Amino acid sequence: MAQDSGGPEPAADRRPLVRFEGIAKRYGALAAIDSLTLDIWQGEFFALLGPSGCGKTTLLRLLAGFESPSAGRILLDGEDIGAVPPHRRPVNMMFQNYALFPHLNVERNIAFGLRQDNAGGREIADRVAEMLALVQLRGYGKRRVGQLSGGQRQRVALARALIKRPRVLLLDEPMAALDKKLRGETQFELMELQRRLGTTFVIVTHDQEEAMIVADRIAVMNQGRLAQVAPPAEIYERPHSRWVADFLGEVTLIEARLGPGGTVVDSALGNLRVAADPALKPGAKVWLALRPEKLRIGSDRPAGEVNALAGTVYEIGYRGDMSLYKVRLADRSLMKVVLANTSLSGRAPFDVDDLVWLSWPAEAGVVLTQ
Amino acid sequence: MSAEPNRRSWGRRLVLLVPYLWLLLFFLVPFVIVLKISFSQTVLAQPPYVPVLDWSAGWQGLTDFVARLSAEGYRLLVSDPIYLLSYLKSLEVAAFSTAILLLIGYPIAYGIARCPRGLQPVLVMAVVLPFWTSFLIRVYAWINILQRDGLLNEVLLRLHLIDQPLAWLASDTAIYIGMVYSYLPFMVLPLYATLERLDVSLLEAAADLGCPRWKSFWLVTLPLSLPGVAAGSLLCFIPIVGEFVIPDLLGGSRSLMIGQTLWLEFFNNRDWPVASAIAVTLLALLLLPMLLYERMQQRQLEGRR
Repeated sequence: MAQDSGGPEPAADRRPLVRFEGIAKRYGALAAIDSLTLDIWQGEFFALLGPSGCGKTTLLRLLAGFESPSAGRILLDGEDIGAVPPHRRPVNMMFQNYALFPHLNVERNIAFGLRQDNAGGREIADRVAEMLALVQLRGYGKRRVGQLSGGQRQRVALARALIKRPRVLLLDEPMAALDKKLRGETQFELMELQRRLGTTFVIVTHDQEEAMIVADRIAVMNQGRLAQVAPPAEIYERPHSRWVADFLGEVTLIEARLGPGGTVVDSALGNLRVAADPALKPGAKVWLALRPEKLRIGSDRPAGEVNALAGTVYEIGYRGDMSLYKVRLADRSLMKVVLANTSLSGRAPFDVDDLVWLSWPAEAGVVLTQ
Repeated sequence: MSAEPNRRSWGRRLVLLVPYLWLLLFFLVPFVIVLKISFSQTVLAQPPYVPVLDWSAGWQGLTDFVARLSAEGYRLLVSDPIYLLSYLKSLEVAAFSTAILLLIGYPIAYGIARCPRGLQPVLVMAVVLPFWTSFLIRVYAWINILQRDGLLNEVLLRLHLIDQPLAWLASDTAIYIGMVYSYLPFMVLPLYATLERLDVSLLEAAADLGCPRWKSFWLVTLPLSLPGVAAGSLLCFIPIVGEFVIPDLLGGSRSLMIGQTLWLEFFNNRDWPVASAIAVTLLALLLLPMLLYERMQQRQLEGRR
C-alpha cells in the first residue's frame, strides 16, 4: 500500500517543470479544486483523468492562465506565474473544440502565434511549412478551416499550438470529437510526436483507456482532489482506493477483515488468501479488489489454486475479442471474469446458469483500506 | 407507393408558392404599376396621367397604349439638376448616418453581448422598446426637444455650455439626430446577433497564442463580426436613402432629400409620371447595395459549410 507516485520521476534535487502548490479554485461556495499539490516533470506525457466535474479542465485552465487560483501557487520552472497573463505564458493549449479562427486559412491559423511575436515573414513561412509537414498536412495551407474534416482540423489545432515551441503543451480532450477508429490512430501519433519533440504534454481526458495508452503518468482526480498519481500500470494494478480501482476498468470488490498474519482475509465468501503487506494491521477492515482478467474460470474445481469459489453464470457480455462473465456466488454477490474468445466457433464455453469455479492466486488480488 | 412522396412534394410546392405569391401581389404588381406611370405623361385629369390602358378595346387598346408611352419623366430627371442634387443629398445623409450609427451601435451591441447571459434579453428589450411608441410620435417628440425653448437648449443653458439658445431644428444636425435615433435598433440588433454568437474560446485561443486583449478585438472579434456590420449598415443605409418623415419634420428646406422631392412632385405638382420615375430610379439605385447584401449572405452560408 505504500507505493509512491513512482514512474520516471528523477532525483529529488531536480526541479519539476510545473508545480501546483496548495492550489484551490472556488466558485462561490463550490470548490472545483481543493488544496491540490502536483509536480509535472520536463518531457513527461502527463494525463489528468477523471469523471466530468472533477476539476481536471479547471486545473488545465489555471495553468494556461484563463483562470486564477483562489489559493496556492503555480510554478513554471520554479517561477510563480500567478500574475502572468495568458498571452505571456510560455504554454500553449489545444482546445477541445479546436477553436480555429474561421476567418483565417490553415496557414494563417498556424502562423497566428508567431505573428503575435512579430516574427519575420521568412521565419514564419519556414516554421509554418515545418509544422504542416509535422502534422502531415502539406499542401493544405491555403484551405479554409471550414473545408477540413474533423481529423484535419484537429491537426491544424495541434500545429497552431506547437509552432511557438511551448514549454508545456496543454491538450483539452483533444480527441473527444474524433470517431473511435481515428482516435486510436491519433493517440499513437500524438505519443510519437511527443517523443520526437520532447515537449512536456499535459492532456485532460475523461477516457481512461486513452489516458493509459498515451500517458507516462496519470493523475486521477475526483471532486477537485487527486485520488492517485502514478504511471498507468501502477494505477491499474495497484490502485490506492476502491474509487480508483472502480474508476479504471472493471473490478470486483469484496468487503473483508484482515486475518492474523495478514495473509488471509475473512469475508462473506469465507477465508481468502492474499499477499502479505507489512503496512496493514491484522483485524483492519479492508476490501479485496480483483480484476476480471486475473481470475480463472472452469467447470471443475481447480487443483492447486489458492482461492476457489463456486458460482453460476448470471450474465455474459460479448465484446468480440473477449467476453465478460458475471458469476453469482454463494452470498448472491456478482464477480466479474473476463475470458478471451480464442476459438473461432463463436460459441461461448459457458452458458448462463452453468455451474462454474472461479480461482485465483493470492497475489492476484489487491487489498485496499479505503 | 409513389402517392406519398408525390403528395409531399405537392405540399412542398404549395409552401414555396406562398412567398412567391406574396412578392407577386405586394411587390411586383405595384412596381409594374409605378413603372407604367413613370412612362406616362402628366395631364389635368383623373387619373392625372395618360395613356390609360383601355382593357375593353382589346388588342387595339394595348397597341395604342404602348405607342403613347413616353420617357418624358426620365428626361426631366436628367435635365434638371434639382433631382440629381436630391439623390446626392440622400446618399450623403445615408452614408454619414450609417457611419455614425456604426460608431454608436457597435459599442452598444458589444457591451450587451458581453453582459451576463441573464441580463442580455433585458438589454435587447430596452433597445427595441422605442418601437412600442409610434414612429411619428417619436419624431414629433424630437421637435419638442430640439426647438428653441426645448429640453436640449435648456439643459445646455443650465450647464452654461451656451449662453444663447441654439437653432437645432431645420438643420442637417437635426436630421442626423433623428436618423441615428430612429435607426439605432436596426444597427444594434444584427451586430448583437453576430457578437453574441462569437465563440469565447476563440478569444482564449488568441490570448493563449500571445495576443493581448485589445489586439484580439482587432484580429478576431472585429473580422468575425463583419457580417453583422454589413447587415446592420445596409439595413440602415437602404431605408435612410428613401427616408421622408425625418427630413420633412426635422430638416430645413434648403436642400431636399429624394423622398421629399418625390413627395413634392406627387402632392404639390401632381406630376405622377416624374414622381414615379424618381421612385423607379431610386429602386434601381438601391438595387446595387441590396444585391451586395444578398451576395454577402450567400458567401456567409457557403463559408460556414
